Amino acid sequence: MATVDALAARGAVGTPGRRRGRTDWLPHVVIWVGMLVTAFPLYLIFVASTLTPQEIAQAPMPLVPGDRLVENYSKALVTGATGRYLSPPVGRMMLNSLLMALVITFGKIVVSVLSAYAVVFFAFRLRMVFFWMIFITLMLPVEVRILPTYKVVSDLGLINSFTGLTLPLMASATATLLFRQFFLTIPDELVEAAKMDGAGPMRFFRDVVLPLSRTNIAALFVILFIYGWNQYLWPLLITTSNSMDTIVIGIKKMIGTGDALTDWHTVMATTMLAILPPVVVVVLMQRAFIRGLVETEK
Amino acid sequence: MRRKVIFNNKVLPYVLVAPQLAITLVFFFWPAGQAVYMSVLQQDAFGESVRFAGLANFAYVLADPDYVKALWRTAYFSVAVTALSLVPALVLAVMADRVIRGGTVYKTIVIVPYAIAPAVAGVLWLFLFNPSVGVIAYGLRAAGVPWNPTLEGAHAMILVIIAASWKHVSYAFLFFLAGLQAIPRSLLEAAAIDGASEARRFWAIVFPLLSPTTFFLLVVGVVYAFFDTFGLIHAVTAGGPAKATEILVYKVYYDGVHALDLGGSSAQSVILMAIVIALTAIQFRYIERKVHY
Repeated sequence: MATVDALAARGAVGTPGRRRGRTDWLPHVVIWVGMLVTAFPLYLIFVASTLTPQEIAQAPMPLVPGDRLVENYSKALVTGATGRYLSPPVGRMMLNSLLMALVITFGKIVVSVLSAYAVVFFAFRLRMVFFWMIFITLMLPVEVRILPTYKVVSDLGLINSFTGLTLPLMASATATLLFRQFFLTIPDELVEAAKMDGAGPMRFFRDVVLPLSRTNIAALFVILFIYGWNQYLWPLLITTSNSMDTIVIGIKKMIGTGDALTDWHTVMATTMLAILPPVVVVVLMQRAFIRGLVETEK
Repeated sequence: MRRKVIFNNKVLPYVLVAPQLAITLVFFFWPAGQAVYMSVLQQDAFGESVRFAGLANFAYVLADPDYVKALWRTAYFSVAVTALSLVPALVLAVMADRVIRGGTVYKTIVIVPYAIAPAVAGVLWLFLFNPSVGVIAYGLRAAGVPWNPTLEGAHAMILVIIAASWKHVSYAFLFFLAGLQAIPRSLLEAAAIDGASEARRFWAIVFPLLSPTTFFLLVVGVVYAFFDTFGLIHAVTAGGPAKATEILVYKVYYDGVHALDLGGSSAQSVILMAIVIALTAIQFRYIERKVHY
């Protein structure tokens, strides 16, 4: 048909949206705007973290980095904020955050991979009851049961303890669901072969199931690490001593009410340091992360 | 669903589920039960006298004008955040789906905010909008806007909405992009050959096929705005000025932890729980049915 050729000549046919040979500028413009809105605030934070307090206070502050990068960051890392809130050094807070994030991540993965394995590969009484109990926790985020959870932790004497900070966050419905979904796809033949070779369930778990779950574990690692590093409400409730402050809580304490007394250059250096680890994890493990995110939630 | 071939151990499966179950019982079910229990009791702040109050706490909470205001505030906050994150995310995803070169770089930059804690994203925007040092605040003042989020409730609300939406765009973007990439190219090619314009192809094919994703993201967006923004509100405005940014989850926290109103706070917790359960139920119902045309 002539019309088709005419259309093709005008570039309307071809792989829609993926045509070649013609510069399609609109998507690029939109994406550049998107990237700018995403990245420019981060750039400004970085700039502020390299300036002197005087440079920040003169409105508007310079839009190019200053020369205080090393001073500001080393002061934050080693001394922390001064003034109203005598914070621990930011290095210490980062260590607190890192430990919390890693323990939560590791704990969640272990706890959920084991329970998913039990639910999928065994028949036992109350199996479905247990499964639903785990599933229902999706609907009970900390935010909706603040006081009673605090009370349980305090009755157990876990306030201001690392156990109190991490253990209650280790149950994970999402991770369990993801592993369960994946385990259901493991072919029966593999299980039969293992049984025939005389491998017990734990041997099968270690030698077959875990290695097969590698990509799932990698994806969960990214999601859970970010979850752990970014915790806010829980550390706010459970820790009262400054030495246990995580970096996210530390920043909040540093800004106080956000008035003129705020040590903005230190706060901005700390903000950069709070952003860096999770961003590095996401960027480096991007592929696993995106796959895992889209799959876990669906 | 269950597997055909399984192991026959009697004790092992219980041992395997035990850790998860123990944590779930002690730190989820027990406190949730306590919340329900405490919500029907009335006690003074020192816990010395306790009496059964029936639904009095709920009646009290729901009749409290502050609570009703917080409820409406939460409603428009979550509508605003969901809209301001989903619409740009969809536009960006449609555009990103169309470019091949540089696609990875775009994606990498756009997903960065996902990794940033809500509270930290809040501090970032707080700094930019700070009346005395903020770059954006300076621009606004230069443009004649008397900007001051520490005094003006509406300004504070705008600030937290921007921060919350900015952070959430990346999440929605990833899901929209995955949804777009799952649409068969042949459908779009057929439509193009039939002479459907670009806009027509989007509204007649792409958008309907994206509806399950969109629906999922609407629910997740509301849940995010309701609960995950606690850190943002707490760090940036502490619910102020004059409660202008006090959303429900912040009010539960404040009334329980600072005002020590145990019965009232528990009743609010129970109401919030009901909201989460309803949202999750809606989500699963629709995912099962797959919103499709």
